[in-house]
Amino acid sequence: MSEVILRPNGSIDIMVEAEVINPDILAGKTTSEIEQLIVWQGAKQLPLSEFFDVEGSAGSTAADTKIIVKGDVPRVKHIGHGMKAGEIVIEGSAGMHVGSEMIGGSILVKGNAGSWAGMEMKGGTLHITGNAGDHVGCAYRGSWRGMNGGKILIDGNARSQLGGGMSGGEIHVGGSVENFAGIRMNNGLIVVKGDAIRGVGAQMSGGLFVVSGKIRQLSPGFEYAGTEKNPKVGETVISGEFMKFAGDYAISKTPKGILYASANE
Amino acid sequence: MPGTLAIRNGYVFDPLNEIDGEIKDIFIKDGKIVEDLTGAGLRDAKIIDAHGKTVMPGGVDSHSHVAGAKVNTGRMMCPEDRYKWVTKKSDLTHSGSGNTVPSVYIQGYDYAKMGYTTVFEAAIPPMEARHTHEEMRSTPILDMGGYLVLGNNWFIMRYLKAGDIEKAAAYVAWMMRTHKAYGIKCVNPAGVENWGWGKNVSSLDEPNIHFGITSREVIHGLAEVNEMLGMPMSLHLHANNLGHPGCWEITRDSLDVARDVKVECNMDVEWQKTKIDPERTQSVYLAHAQFNSFGGTSWMDFASGAKGIVDYVNKSDHVVIDNGAVPFGPATVMTGDGPAIHNLYKLTGNKWSNKDIELECGSGILTFNYLKANPVHSVEWAIGLELLLLVNDPWKTILTTDHPNGGPFTKYPQLITWIMSKKAREATLAECHKWAQDRSSLGGIDREMTLYEIAILTRANPARTVGIAHRKGHLGGGANGDVTIYDFDPTKFDVNDYTKVIRGFQNAAYTIKDGGIVAQNGEIISVPHGRTFFSEAHMDDGIEKEMLKDVKEWFKYYTLGFANYPVPDKYLRNPAPVVVNKPLEAIVGR
Repeated sequence: MSEVILRPNGSIDIMVEAEVINPDILAGKTTSEIEQLIVWQGAKQLPLSEFFDVEGSAGSTAADTKIIVKGDVPRVKHIGHGMKAGEIVIEGSAGMHVGSEMIGGSILVKGNAGSWAGMEMKGGTLHITGNAGDHVGCAYRGSWRGMNGGKILIDGNARSQLGGGMSGGEIHVGGSVENFAGIRMNNGLIVVKGDAIRGVGAQMSGGLFVVSGKIRQLSPGFEYAGTEKNPKVGETVISGEFMKFAGDYAISKTPKGILYASANE
Repeated sequence: MPGTLAIRNGYVFDPLNEIDGEIKDIFIKDGKIVEDLTGAGLRDAKIIDAHGKTVMPGGVDSHSHVAGAKVNTGRMMCPEDRYKWVTKKSDLTHSGSGNTVPSVYIQGYDYAKMGYTTVFEAAIPPMEARHTHEEMRSTPILDMGGYLVLGNNWFIMRYLKAGDIEKAAAYVAWMMRTHKAYGIKCVNPAGVENWGWGKNVSSLDEPNIHFGITSREVIHGLAEVNEMLGMPMSLHLHANNLGHPGCWEITRDSLDVARDVKVECNMDVEWQKTKIDPERTQSVYLAHAQFNSFGGTSWMDFASGAKGIVDYVNKSDHVVIDNGAVPFGPATVMTGDGPAIHNLYKLTGNKWSNKDIELECGSGILTFNYLKANPVHSVEWAIGLELLLLVNDPWKTILTTDHPNGGPFTKYPQLITWIMSKKAREATLAECHKWAQDRSSLGGIDREMTLYEIAILTRANPARTVGIAHRKGHLGGGANGDVTIYDFDPTKFDVNDYTKVIRGFQNAAYTIKDGGIVAQNGEIISVPHGRTFFSEAHMDDGIEKEMLKDVKEWFKYYTLGFANYPVPDKYLRNPAPVVVNKPLEAIVGR
């Protein structure tokens, strides 16, 4: 696999929109061609080399291309937007919209990610080792169609509206989430190892949501459906004792959403 | 010389002049079509070689929702309709966004690229007229105008109930001038007023709340007022029970209400001589007929009701319909028919907005997605096409999607392939839910429309129906120099090559407006400011004075002051008034 190394070469003032940092776009390009790719900064269009020193060259196909961003880029948005194949590793924190609308391949963020990570994702894997912002795997504003495939792993915490409108795929959060995780989800799986504040699964009509920690305030439209030990979630068994809820009855009369909340917390 | 052009050797389709694919030169001088260009004129003219190409008058859309409060609410409530459809600015053009409800700039450019030069906004709530004019004046290229929503207006209902048709006419005339509007729109007559109380009407003879007036009385009264004034277009009717299974019956009966109303245009304009009479013949123009042609009695036995409407239209000479087709895919439904949208909201649970326009009307907006796999949607698709294909006389039909209700206007090229090619219909039928085949007659229709008929449905007839054929919709001397050249050679035209047909109608080789090229092969070349047409209608002064006393008295019920009600002249960049019922000829006092 050919590697392209992007080394941030200074601090960034206005955020940069860099959906060109994508193996599909870099594939088949030489170092100097990559340097000349255009990114937006505010109203200006500038070459990628304005913000990154580029080393190496891309493979002939996206699948054969790995992009390594050496360092923190919290002010660079849309990295890996819509990518179909290949690999991106960010050795630091990423800005907003990392992996949004991604279809395939993998992204590893060795740090934190901004809001909208994996927005409307369709496939591939997005792994964030730190914390993530709001709207991870969520539908865009106004839309009710969130991620429908692929996998998002967050080792740390995520903020609000995680997996909003989700209709497929999986999200695993090692830490805690804040408000309205899984709002309007109709399919797919969300597992939160830590706690949630409130609104978990609000308006959900399908799918499965597991919270291993504590839910501070359960949505009122869920009905208790018994206690289960070590429930099986797809292939995996989640250990512990869980209270099972069905919902959300606040909107639908026949919702198929299932929420497991830890019985011990 | 700007505005002077010679279009050489194209195959010309000009239905109002009965020209069906003849090779002919078209000349434009100073923005207007002329019979010939000689000497200096020809020397200065820009020459366009249209050899092997199709030449038609500029497209006219007589029913689209492109400006005003509800259109903009549709934009605001749908960020998801925008972020994936973004157009960058260029040196010439403005940036913009949107798919089903594009921003005004994109609307202008997209219509122009398709060969349209004139578009009418089909519903202006009077109180929102200023907003509508702001958007129309910001829409590049297109000549525009709009229809004033009057079917549930308190003054109209009060006057018609009292049988005071002259005061009703005086009110309409004053409202047209006050709001710079072009024609009369009537939406769910008597029903929208009831919606203010959470109710509706479901028959033609049900008196509504407070006013005690029936839909039949409103339709007949407004049609009469329309002809009393001699308005350019007839009443544009959105019938009751829209979107309910079985609504075709009330639609047919509503059309019949206007049967006895004698058509009388009384516009002070210069009529060009065309082979076919350019004056409208209809006393009622049915809006988005598809949504009013539902059969069955419930969603279980839902079926096409097109046959009932088509049979009626075929034997009647006082009706024109636009189809309001469903080309599948995302749409934003928006109408003055608040209860109809609420009904859709209950069915779908989609995002919904509703507004009450005080003494005047109402509106509702909902996001929608038409799916081939959905039984009802697939029948709606079939109905939209049946209505065009089964009405024998193309001069009674107009092609629309009721943009953005059935789908965006950018789907017109797709619609054209379905009415031109049986094979295209069969291909889509095969992808649809089986109800499309089983519950409509579409599969058995062999008709394939010709380019001549397409020219009738997309320019000649919309122009005639809305009374603008004195300057639009044909290529006779004196008409506006609006010409579309499509990159089709009619002698080698293959209707079954859909991708080519779609591409050709999507991006005209040339769109010419007032003698200037505005778009070429999908690129905007120039961005002139369009005109705003409106009816400067008049009625007897004495009656108008009496009427205004009533209006001022009831203005206490409005949330705005009387002085702020009219649309100031400055809201129109390029006003094009049509004088209707010139003062001397006021009917009363004769």
